[in-house]
Amino acid sequence: MLIDTFAKGDNLVVKVRGELDLLTAETFRNIVEKDLLKNKSLNLILDLDKVTFIDSSGLGVILGRYRRIREQGGKMAITGAKPHVLRILELAGIIKIVNLYENTEEALEGVR
Amino acid sequence: MQTLNIIKLNILSKPENVAVARVAVAAFVAQIDLTVEELEDIKVAVSEAISNSIIHGYENKDDQWVEIIARRFSQAFEITISDQGKGIEDIKKAMEPAFSSDPSRMGLGFVFMQSFMDEVDVVSEPGMGTAVKLVKKLAVVQGTPN
Repeated sequence: MLIDTFAKGDNLVVKVRGELDLLTAETFRNIVEKDLLKNKSLNLILDLDKVTFIDSSGLGVILGRYRRIREQGGKMAITGAKPHVLRILELAGIIKIVNLYENTEEALEGVR
Repeated sequence: MQTLNIIKLNILSKPENVAVARVAVAAFVAQIDLTVEELEDIKVAVSEAISNSIIHGYENKDDQWVEIIARRFSQAFEITISDQGKGIEDIKKAMEPAFSSDPSRMGLGFVFMQSFMDEVDVVSEPGMGTAVKLVKKLAVVQGTPN
């Protein structure tokens, strides 16, 4: 798994590439937490376009970041989720609580 | 039901081996034409069962063994994931949505296994380990032996 992050205004954009499972979930959490703190970001945008696999371990860290963002009064958005990722998000009920967007530009508009 | 093919895989209980095992099982089941969705279903279910063995069965000790046996029948695949870990006290409770013995986890592992597979059977004894049998029935009967 590779993670790229960049801050834009109040938002942290996180682009994930590869597999989000038991092995990579902790790395994901550590990087996102570190960059949220470093940039003092209010909102989090997760770009899952290049995620090739996700299971409940990957989902757990996404939901954990959602809770944290909500606690600080921010918004979380997910972009680019492909069908295999979307099914997992649906099953866990995440799409009822997090807005989904086609791409990062739309998400940046949406969380404003 | 006649067994058409079997693979048996033993992995150490390390998180990096979860991907190795699910890719191996995916390659095994992909010997026949499955839909992308069926293949994903099996990968997620196998990943959940092995992750459970590592996290719960072996409480993240990474020097224990998880055994994966995948069998192909003409009308189904059956994958059994076994560990010799601490076992499950109350299987019914462990399979409830959102139940997890670890508060930082979501308790969705069994939910995903049950959603993505046609059968999920769990055999477990406290102190004796756990075996999870996952069955995926095939829409089209394949590979009828001569």
